[in-house]
Amino acid sequence: MTCWETIGAYAFRSLGYGERLLPRTDFTLCQQFTLIGSGMIWNVYFGVVALAFGFLLANAIAFAKASHSPLVRKPAEWFIFLFRGSPLFIQFFLAYEALQMLPRAGIDVFGITVQTSWTTKAWAGALFVLFLNTAAYSAEIFHGALRSIPKGDLEAAEAYGLTGFAKFRRIQWPTMLRLAWPAYTNEAIFLFHSTTLVFFSGFPAFQQRGDALYYASYFADKTFNPFVSYPIVAGYFIALTLLLIWLFSAINTRLNRHLPSNMGGKIRLRPQVIR
Amino acid sequence: MFEICADPKSLEGLTWLSCYLTSGKHMNMYWAFGTVLLLLAVTAPIAMLFGFFGAMAARSQFFVLRLIGKGYTGMVRGVPDIVFFLFFVIALDQGIEYLMHLVRCPDWTDPVRNGLEFRVCPQAKVPLNSAPQTVHQFYGFMLAVLTFALVFGAFAANVLYGAMQAVPRAQLETAEAYGLSQSQVFRRVLVPQMWVYALPGLSNLWLILIKATPLLFLLGVQDIVYWARELGSAKTQAFDYPHPDWRLYYFLALLVFYLAFTRVSEIVLNRISARLSKGQATAAGEAMRKAGI
Repeated sequence: MTCWETIGAYAFRSLGYGERLLPRTDFTLCQQFTLIGSGMIWNVYFGVVALAFGFLLANAIAFAKASHSPLVRKPAEWFIFLFRGSPLFIQFFLAYEALQMLPRAGIDVFGITVQTSWTTKAWAGALFVLFLNTAAYSAEIFHGALRSIPKGDLEAAEAYGLTGFAKFRRIQWPTMLRLAWPAYTNEAIFLFHSTTLVFFSGFPAFQQRGDALYYASYFADKTFNPFVSYPIVAGYFIALTLLLIWLFSAINTRLNRHLPSNMGGKIRLRPQVIR
Repeated sequence: MFEICADPKSLEGLTWLSCYLTSGKHMNMYWAFGTVLLLLAVTAPIAMLFGFFGAMAARSQFFVLRLIGKGYTGMVRGVPDIVFFLFFVIALDQGIEYLMHLVRCPDWTDPVRNGLEFRVCPQAKVPLNSAPQTVHQFYGFMLAVLTFALVFGAFAANVLYGAMQAVPRAQLETAEAYGLSQSQVFRRVLVPQMWVYALPGLSNLWLILIKATPLLFLLGVQDIVYWARELGSAKTQAFDYPHPDWRLYYFLALLVFYLAFTRVSEIVLNRISARLSKGQATAAGEAMRKAGI
């Protein structure tokens, strides 16, 4: 098989297209690059979707935590503590077992049967856990930023007659985002890194459709040689990390465009790893 | 465990539960909590040591040493750490066996890596095939400790490097002006002062390390995740204590364990940080002075 044929056969293997059987003997470098790259589709999918929805929820939770009313504040605090205080690995296991307890036949809601079997699949169940997890971590970052908005900015807004939602939309929220962005960049990077845990926890890889690390460990198990497939995953992730840093820096520049160029928050990668 | 537990099938209610929770396998699970704590206790100092030397290397005057240090601290940034966990366990195992192979069987002619096989001579197996089960378990645990220490050493190196850079330059220059040599400045001025700056990062690292311990399961150690899956899965009538799938409750117990552990650590770390900030010319110390603590 030439390399082009291999790419044709395995490029979308992680989604279930192309060759059904994984290679068993005579592993070539091309096969490893193609299959692991194919698995990266899942990592990107989990990361992008969880980040997008997690961003929205995180904003809501951050403001809830900053609220004066304990009825709103306490649930937000508990949510953040629950997801930041426990390992993501355990969260995956727990979610998988809990979702499996849903009735197999589906739940009747006003005469319509809601199917439940799809929730135990990784694309939905693991995504849900990652979404809540990143929402909790980001909410803590946003809450910290919310508290460090300069007092003068808010007073100036009030002096100009901005109150209520107008003040929030024009001053509070943009400033919070600007202050939180460097830390949020790190959160995004480590969310992508933690997507590699999905297929090593409770969620099974249906028909061997797994993520990059799943295929890498498949090759490492078959060849007894960790020195090829794991560096390939590492390479892919370094590329992904660089892409993310570039993307988030561009947004950062836009968020800080009204400031003198030396004052904008610089993005520094800080390791804030395993959850 | 207890005498009433001799015939589990005849038990009911609370007695059944107490007998169930003290069965031999459950005792193994409780010991596994000890394994996790032991891992933390052993790994944390070793990782600190790795981190300290990594940070020293990254600050070194020699280009090669600096490159190694920077490479070590940089390696955890772009790559998911679970890749390192999976990689190091096999790589360390094969590396150790290969070294033993070179020492013990110098006249072995077959290639070690032959196609899909990694084969060393029987005398170079670590631990030896004839070794008892406990030695195998101990070896697996030590490999896990070393893997954790290597990865977390890189994180610690990042933190300590930052802390070393944060010590005010004037302090070091003053020491130099008094005629202290480079190593004296490092030992007597830099190291004693850097801990205040390192503490936030290190406490963060400790919390991360706690949350990383379930990954022991992936390294093949019989840890609490292993036992939770093992004991929680549905048991048929063939077992002494038949029950349906209870894994959810076992994992809930693990969740509570980790939440409690994190909370206690947070409280202790906050106390230490308050103790260290007292009287310091930092924002935290100033806030404490104003509050009159």
